[in-house]
Amino acid sequence: MDSHFAQRRRRDLIMAGCFTVLAALAPLFVKDVYVQNIMVLTLMYAALSQSWNILSGYCGQISLGHALYFGLGAYTTALLFTKFGVLPWFGMLAGGAISAVIAMALGYPCFRLRGHYFVIATIVIAEIALLLIQNWDWAGAALGIDIPVRGDSWLKFQFTRSKLPYFYFALALACVAWFVTWWLEDSKWGFWWRAVKDNPDAAESLGVVVFNSKMGAAAVSAFLVAVGGSFYAQFVSYIDPESVMGFQFSLLMALPAVLGGIGTLWGPVLGAVILIPLTELTRSFVGGSGRGVDLIVYGALIVAISLALPRGLVSVFSLRKGAAR
Amino acid sequence: MGLLYGLIAAGLALIFGLMDVVNFAHGEFLMIAMYVTFFLFAFFAIDPLLSAPLVAAALFVFGAVVYLLIVRFAMRAKANAGMVQIFSTFGLAIVMRGLAQFFFTPDYRSIPQSWLGGKTVSIGGIFLPEPQLIGAMLSIAAFVALYFFINRTDFGRALEATREDAGAVALVGIDKNRVFALGWGLGAALVGLAGAIMAIFFYIYPDVGASFALIAYVTVALGGFGSVFGAFAGGIIVGLVEATTALILPPSLKSVGIYAVYLLVVFIRPRGLFGSM
Repeated sequence: MDSHFAQRRRRDLIMAGCFTVLAALAPLFVKDVYVQNIMVLTLMYAALSQSWNILSGYCGQISLGHALYFGLGAYTTALLFTKFGVLPWFGMLAGGAISAVIAMALGYPCFRLRGHYFVIATIVIAEIALLLIQNWDWAGAALGIDIPVRGDSWLKFQFTRSKLPYFYFALALACVAWFVTWWLEDSKWGFWWRAVKDNPDAAESLGVVVFNSKMGAAAVSAFLVAVGGSFYAQFVSYIDPESVMGFQFSLLMALPAVLGGIGTLWGPVLGAVILIPLTELTRSFVGGSGRGVDLIVYGALIVAISLALPRGLVSVFSLRKGAAR
Repeated sequence: MGLLYGLIAAGLALIFGLMDVVNFAHGEFLMIAMYVTFFLFAFFAIDPLLSAPLVAAALFVFGAVVYLLIVRFAMRAKANAGMVQIFSTFGLAIVMRGLAQFFFTPDYRSIPQSWLGGKTVSIGGIFLPEPQLIGAMLSIAAFVALYFFINRTDFGRALEATREDAGAVALVGIDKNRVFALGWGLGAALVGLAGAIMAIFFYIYPDVGASFALIAYVTVALGGFGSVFGAFAGGIIVGLVEATTALILPPSLKSVGIYAVYLLVVFIRPRGLFGSM
């Protein structure tokens, strides 16, 4: 007979399939461009947060510098396209590969650090990269890069008339990030990561190569986030250093996973689905005054959720299921 | 300038370094302190130098209230305590920035004329701006006071004991919440002092805190958690490094030096210069 774990995993996979089909059908009913825009952003944040969750949630290495990889993805794609005419699809892969390599190169010294020292190191490294890009004239310095419109095509991954292609790509990205997490959860790596998170010394003594498993998590996480960055660059067709590499963005990327449930499979998705539409709606309904009311609402929401549900929103669901059993 | 970073970092060293509680709203505390100073000047014409103690007192109350309303509950979380602290204080920071925008508008403000503003003093042929000099002196005084406070008074010992084992201190009759609320109040009061001095020569706007907060975290971590002296030394090093970097690189890159030095130090000494944790 299947173990409880295997049962749960199969159920997760079926649920994910259902959600994907439902999401894929949604544009048939939702024609409003504004709502479609929110849907794209929600899926993008779900994908990013899911990827962040691999390193920070499963492996327990809290990174608040993931904007670095997002920015690297966005900049690699945008620079290759505007300066050399390389198609964004290659830029996407290049950005992912560069980010993964850089993540490992940075991980080599950083993974020796623990606790706050590690977190601050990740912030500081992303901040150095931000300052360097802001002062790099060839890459547009602080003004950023405008990606020229060359007509709608899948080849150039540019669409000016419709948001739908972006929507489906974001959906695919979210699915890939979810599936990679799902798959890794039951792999040797997944077990290693949880061991490393709970007690690195004990894990090491039991034969887990702590250092390598952290490196693996960093590479996967960075690659996926960078692909998200490439997507974002094509989606908004204008990037500037502060908006793709700023410290704020690192926090925004982590937020859905933290509020949804850090280190859980469904946490980032749930967090993004609730948080991103709320953010966008408060911004458009009460943010118009330009006096920061949207910030007050948004901030208060974060404080309330993180205090009320330290395990994240998913804990509400698992509690109910536990009670029913 | 380094000593001013030291003064901002002193408050953080108390909260972050000694109580091991992350406060991502530290920069916003500084922002509030600067606004309080500004309004005391604008409405009552109280010079920042005189209002500094008032600002510190106001921030003391504010810090204690923040602890009692938010951080107390964040520390109670059994799961993901670190993340809950980070994001509840980050949420608070966003709320504070929003409130500042709402009530004070995003305009840049400054205190046009104060007793010290723009004045310089010459020591042995070297011209030093007076506000910075006063700030530096206050900073040294604050650190000396903090050092004795932590190491020589009952409160300081209670604070360290509470961090190490909250259960045990409850047995000997120390109220954990009272100790930590006082600690937060003191930490905020130190930032209040820094904010009052900085209001003399910095523009005041809702986002002003963010840039200083990151440097304050780096300063505390550079010196090492759990060490007041470390934060002081960290502040001086950060100031010197920033000044040196500004000489060789374009001014917009001056923070790169600070960050690079932090990385260099922790790669060699993973607990910072004088850290015990």
